[in-house]
Amino acid sequence: MLQIEDVTLAFGGVRALNGVSLQVAPGSITSVIGPNGAGKTSLFNTISGFYRPKSGAILFEGQDITQRPAPQRAKLGLARSFQNIALFRGMTVLDNIKLGRHAHLKTNLLQALFYAGAARREEAALRADIEERIIDFLEIDHIRHASVAALPYGLQKRVEMARALAMQPKVLMLDEPVAGMNREETEDMARFILDVRDEWGITVLMVEHDMGMVMDLSDHVVVLNFGQVIASGTPKDVQGNPEVVKAYLGSGDVAQLRRQLTGAASPT
Amino acid sequence: MSEGFDWLFFFEISLAGLGSGGLLALAGLALVIIYKATRVVNLAIGEMLMMSAYLFFALTASMNLPVWVAIVGTILSSGVLGALIERSMIRPMLGESPISTFMVTVGLSSVLVGLVELIWTADPRRLPEFMPTDPVLLGPAMVAPKVFYGFLISAALIAVVLGVFRFWRGGVALRATASDQAAAYSMGINVPRVFSLSWTVAAMIAAVAGIVVGAIGGISSTMGVFGLSTLVVVIVGGLDSVVGALLGGLLVGLVEAWAGAYLGGEYKVIATFSLLLLVLLVRPYGLFGTHDIERL
Repeated sequence: MLQIEDVTLAFGGVRALNGVSLQVAPGSITSVIGPNGAGKTSLFNTISGFYRPKSGAILFEGQDITQRPAPQRAKLGLARSFQNIALFRGMTVLDNIKLGRHAHLKTNLLQALFYAGAARREEAALRADIEERIIDFLEIDHIRHASVAALPYGLQKRVEMARALAMQPKVLMLDEPVAGMNREETEDMARFILDVRDEWGITVLMVEHDMGMVMDLSDHVVVLNFGQVIASGTPKDVQGNPEVVKAYLGSGDVAQLRRQLTGAASPT
Repeated sequence: MSEGFDWLFFFEISLAGLGSGGLLALAGLALVIIYKATRVVNLAIGEMLMMSAYLFFALTASMNLPVWVAIVGTILSSGVLGALIERSMIRPMLGESPISTFMVTVGLSSVLVGLVELIWTADPRRLPEFMPTDPVLLGPAMVAPKVFYGFLISAALIAVVLGVFRFWRGGVALRATASDQAAAYSMGINVPRVFSLSWTVAAMIAAVAGIVVGAIGGISSTMGVFGLSTLVVVIVGGLDSVVGALLGGLLVGLVEAWAGAYLGGEYKVIATFSLLLLVLLVRPYGLFGTHDIERL
């Protein structure tokens, strides 16, 4: 479905991604995990077209999209959410969701002026489609006309997901979908993510720090550290991988570390 | 005031003020559209307006085209000029600090003044008459015809622009881009095209303002100072507020007219900038602006 091949991304001398390769199988839930600064969000931004990699290729359904600008990737069926919610503040929930279909609307200015009928039909069909499916599905019916800026955090995340779904994506990319959420909100979101895959057949690629959720939901987990893939496989494989434990907890033997510390503290 | 207040005179002055206020609102709208889409404060708006007035002059006086053809030609070529400016000077500044981009527009204004003086010299010129010249009577008050029709043109164009941005999806794309560029980009909105479009549309709006301002007061290479008042308009109204630009335009137009009539012409600019100072002291983000405007 989505294939990242040997992607290297550099900012000046810093290699945010270094020869990263991974595969997202159709209909899977694939998670990318790793310590802070490992390059997870850089990877997301490269896939959605915000950054151009220095080398390597990104293939979407077998098609090389490495050089395509972000809006074209959106049209092909890549939708994403952002780590620090990027909703259109000052607009209502419904307006935000409607904007998600922007990529698929074809009416241009002249048509809008002269064929108002066609435009209106398109609008009506769009509305029905969105209202019926996404709003019901994500249980945000009660806030449909609310301004997004006034919503609590958990609901904003849900609206962002609704907007991404309105793009009718083939792959939904979620950047930390449950960050900062309480237990109940996290469980709701986990259920939505599973349903997106199971009922809508949308492939999910997510970055997440909540290990409980990652291990419960994912079919495939990729671990990044310092811009490199250090492990990948099923949640079970990854959990037991010593490299992964090392990346998260630091390396070295605890007893050895303690000896070093006391040694440094005592006067010579 | 021993003879009593002359209300008719006050009324006529106010109408004239509203007339020039409409033009200020129009130019302010152009500035706000650019700021909303690209977060660039375009200091060269007055000079773009001047350039368009000279293009109109070239098409009518030099090439003898009929006025309506010349108007359309001026608007279209100004639009192209706006797109060229965006592509060649503003786009490469993407990601630079706002002050750098701001300085590019300062430079642009000098370049435009230089171009105009090279081609048409610095002598003031008159645009051909194309508006009806009979005085307009509104009740007992008499309004200069050019001011009156200028106001009508401004109001009509503002209405068209607002309508287009309200109902056309490009307007939605503009609002989305103004709100969050990254999100808009990932949503399939072609953000670079929105940038280019906003400069094109703003340049076309400025062209209309330039033609009308030139028709009222003649054209010269210094008519770009109109842009300074425009800057006051949008800062008073709030840089990112369309409503602010419209009301700010009318307000500044009125204040200038009153100051000119009751205090003397030399107080016009002082009054305008006092208003700016006052508004900034009370509401640093302008009357209708949102609170997250960057510092320049």
